[in-house]
Order: sequence, then C-alpha cells, then structure tokens
Amino acid sequence: MATLSSSEVAEPLLDARGLRKTYGQVEALRGANFTVYPGEVVALIGDNGAGKSTLVKNLVGAAVPDSGEILLDGKRVSFNSPRDAQLLGLETVYQDLALAADLDAAANLFLGREQVRKGLLGAFGVLDKRGMRERSVAAFAELGVQLKDIDAPVATLSGGQRQSVAIARSVAWASRVVFMDEPTAALGVVQRERVLDLIRRVRDRGISTVLISHNMPEVLSVADRVEVLRLGRRVARFKASETSLEELVGAMTGALEHEEEAA
Amino acid sequence: MSDAREETVAVPAQAPTAEARRPQQLVPAAARLRQLARGQNTLWTFLVLLVLVAVFSVLSPDAFATSFEFRSIAIESSILVVLAVGQTFVIVTSGIDLSVGSVLIFSGVVAVKTMNALDSSPGAGWWVVVVGALAGMLAGLAWGVFNGIWVAKAKVPPLIVTLGTLGMALGFGQVLTHGVDVGNIPNSLADSIGSGSVLGVPWLIVVAVVVVAVAALALNTTRFGRYTRAVGSNEEAASRVGIRVDRHLIKVYALSGLLAGLAGVLNLAHYSSTTLTSGAQDNLNAIAAVVLGGTSLFGGVGTVIGTVIGVFIPAVLQSGFTILQVQSFWQTVAVGAVLILAVYFDQLRRRRRNNR
Repeated sequence: MATLSSSEVAEPLLDARGLRKTYGQVEALRGANFTVYPGEVVALIGDNGAGKSTLVKNLVGAAVPDSGEILLDGKRVSFNSPRDAQLLGLETVYQDLALAADLDAAANLFLGREQVRKGLLGAFGVLDKRGMRERSVAAFAELGVQLKDIDAPVATLSGGQRQSVAIARSVAWASRVVFMDEPTAALGVVQRERVLDLIRRVRDRGISTVLISHNMPEVLSVADRVEVLRLGRRVARFKASETSLEELVGAMTGALEHEEEAA
Repeated sequence: MSDAREETVAVPAQAPTAEARRPQQLVPAAARLRQLARGQNTLWTFLVLLVLVAVFSVLSPDAFATSFEFRSIAIESSILVVLAVGQTFVIVTSGIDLSVGSVLIFSGVVAVKTMNALDSSPGAGWWVVVVGALAGMLAGLAWGVFNGIWVAKAKVPPLIVTLGTLGMALGFGQVLTHGVDVGNIPNSLADSIGSGSVLGVPWLIVVAVVVVAVAALALNTTRFGRYTRAVGSNEEAASRVGIRVDRHLIKVYALSGLLAGLAGVLNLAHYSSTTLTSGAQDNLNAIAAVVLGGTSLFGGVGTVIGTVIGVFIPAVLQSGFTILQVQSFWQTVAVGAVLILAVYFDQLRRRRRNNR
C-alpha cells in the first residue's frame, strides 16, 4: 500500500485536515484527516465510536468542526448547513433514507428542488409534474434503477428500491461527491448487490463516493481505497486491491498503526 | 430560486432512451387502476355518500330527493366546508387545529364590531361591510399565525396549542361582547352573502366552491401543496433537503386561521348573529369531515375533494333522519362510529404498507 496509485497522484477532490469536534466531554474528532480523489469509491471504516458519522456530518455541513480545514478542489470551504455543501455538489444518502414515504419517486427525487411551470403558473408555484417525471424516469434508467411503479408512493416500494431512489436522488444532484452512510445495512442479499452495482455505476459517471460501512467484504468488493478511522483520527489508508480483511480489522482495532500522527 | 441548482443536475433533459421507456409504456390502463386504488379512501367515502343519498331518495322521494332539499343541505354545509378545507391542510402536515370553531366566532365578533364602529345603522354601506369582513378575516389569520408559531417554533404539540387557542379565541370573543350575541349587522351583508344568490346560486355556495377549487389546486399542483405533504410525510426528510419546515407550518396554520376567519364572516352573514354559543362542535365536525374524506391523521395523505364529501355525509344523514322522522340525534352516533372505522382502516392500510 506504499505504492502510489494513479488516483493518489491526482490532486485530491476533497481534503479534510486536522478536524476537531468536541461534544461536551466527548472528543469525537481529534485532528482527523480525510481525503477523496476524483472519481473513486473510498470506504470510510472504523469501529463504533471511531467518529465516522461525526466526520461525515462535518464534511457535509450537518455539523461545523471546532477547528481544522476542509479543502474542495484545493480551495478552503466552510459549510454552515447541508444546503451549503449541496450547492458545491456534495450530497448525502442518510442511513434512515430520508424519503417522504407518501410521495412518489419523482416527487422525492425533486424534493426541495421542484421545477415549476413557465410563466404565470410558475409564479403561483404550479409544479411541472410531467417534466420532473420525465427527468426522473431518465435518471432512474441511467442508473439502472428499476421501479415497478414510478407513480406509487415510495412507501409501497421494497427496501432496496427505496434505497435506490435515495441514492439516485443524491447522484442526480451531486456534481462532486456522494456520501453514503451504511447504504446496505437494512437490505437483503440480492438488494444489497443491486445497491453495490449502483455505487459502481455512480463511480463510472465520474462522481466520487464515500462509503461508510461495517461490512468488510462489501468494502473490499466495491471500494477503490479504504481510509480507517480510530478514536477520532485517521490511522491508515489502503488500496482496496492490496489489502485484506485481516489488515483492515487490525487497523480498526489498533493492532496495526500505519499513518504517522499528522499535525 | 432553483435556477442555479438545475444546472448542476446530472440528469439529461432530453427524452430517455427507448430502453428506459419500456417499463413505463405498458401502463395507461394499469396505472389508472392503481391510481384509483390509491385514492381508495376517498373513493370509498364517495360510495358511502352515494349509497346514503340513494337510500334516502328511495325511502322518501318526495321530501328528500328534491332540488330544494339538496340546495339547503349545500347551503348549511358551505360554512363547514370552508372550515374543513383549512383543517385538511393542517391534518396533512400531521397536525390538528382544534381552534377553528372558536376562531370562527371570534372573527365574526371582530367583523361585526368593526362594522358597528364604522356605521351602526342597518343601512350601512358596502365599504363598511368590506372593511368589517376584512377585519374578521385578518383576526382569523392572526390566530392562525399565532398557532403556527407556537407549533413550529416553540415545538408545543398542535393538540395543546390549538386547545389553548380554542379557549382563548372564544374567551376573547365573549369578553368583547360581554357574552351577549351581537345581531346588529348591516342589511347589505345579510341580504347578499347571508341569504342572497348570484345567478340563482346562493352566495354561500359560490364562496365555498371557490375556496374548494383554489385549495384543491394548491394541494395537488403547487409547490405549497407538495411541501405540505412532504412535511406531513417526513418532517426530517423535508428539512434535510432544505425545505423550511417551520415557515411552512406557520403558513399552513395561518391558512387554516384565515379560512376560519372567512367562515366567521359567512356565519355572521348567514345567521345575522355572532352565535357565541353554537360553535362548540364546529372544530370536531371539521376534523371528522377531513378524516371521513380519506385524509390521514398521520399526515402526508389527503384530498380537498375528499373533505367535501366528508362534510356531506353527516349533513345528508341529518337531513335524511329528519325527513324520515328518526330522531336526528342518531346522526352523531352514526358519524362517530364511521369516524372510528375510517381511522381504523387507514391504520390497517399503513401497517400493511409498511410491512413490505
């Protein structure tokens, strides 16, 4: 893993340095670094309480770090809300889906970013339902997401299909990075494979994916790189093709330490 | 507002490929069936209404199945329709507005007090009526905004907030009138909106139809309606995509208040009185109508048309029982039972759906 891959030669797309975040007495992040290169799937792994979720929250504007810096395309950025991050092309798929169950797939895809009709009707906020539906059909087709009924409330879809809708939404609006927090946690085997395929297709479109997962075989099968977090800081980085289950677990538990304590 | 956003969409705007189209192409008939099934709450209620009308018409064709009877049912229902339409939006957000009946009375009091302050003679001019009506509606709007702020910003449960304003609005109304009904309203109001017609259609019905049409379009076709469903469906999801949930809730409660204010003006015009003691049931009737009409108390689902049907079921029962000389008290018994069943079926449907 000491060898540099082509992706590591490239400039980082997203680079977090020395992030610190304290909640009361708890130091959730203690100078954490994290790097995303263009067009890759990078897995973020770590034991429970390692700070994965906190790190992602800080990267997508759901929380603001106490100190440290975030560089996007080499420029320093700061997000005060998820909206700020979204405007710069960073989207998040939450563990608990965050879909409006009573709305259909197209409505969810465009939730908060509805297209309105042109002219006077648009001024009254009248929705361009047909236009949004067409673009949704195209978006789902492009990602190979098959919904048995695109006009049904998403509550009537299976767990895997719902997750696909959530991912498709993020991908449709993300221009740089999609963060996925345990996207397969609640899914069966077949559905899980579908979602992993979806993640691969997202990468093929040139959008980077940050995958948070507890499932090591899954990480090794879909990720290009793996970054390991322990006790609020990054402790190791691997190329997925050159590492093993044992090595990842060792890094997570502290049996192995790879990365020097960066400032 | 979203112009800048749309450029970042990775979705191509051109028509999808034939490959992508195929799954959607088998649809028309099947999709329409499914759509029908999805609106089944409303459909069932409509069938119930039709059956009721049919039964009463057969049992008493001379008295019930007359245009006069239908017309009077519609007139008597129109004020409740206006109240219930506002309630529909609130319930779709998974909230509740218990205050509408009291706000109706308070608004009527404000309207008549304003009119009397400007010109207390029965022959007061149109501008007096208009100013008074606006004052009444503003009063309703103010209560709605008050409700909305406490629900959305202070996070007090809507049941409690509106239970509080139920008491407050009625109390203020009684304070302003010393508990004595004011019946001194301008003739021009009573004779026009109150009991007059335009092109043969009573004004009350005209107003109710306009309110229903605008509200149905707003709920079905606009961003406002979409956000109302989204907030009721999953508040967290709505706020994560950047919808200002608190602001939207305030708007929805404000709408309910405004419509209660309008209903107050209509009520004042129709009964030529502030009817201080008769609004106690209005809020429950409005809520029952909304729920009978297929709107889910859990939020996210509901239609304005369903609510209208939900208003008419109790009204038809009442009228039918009266004509058949059954004690009309049976009406409240029947409606109560149907209400419980309606919510039970809604819950069953949700449980089945969520188990998938």
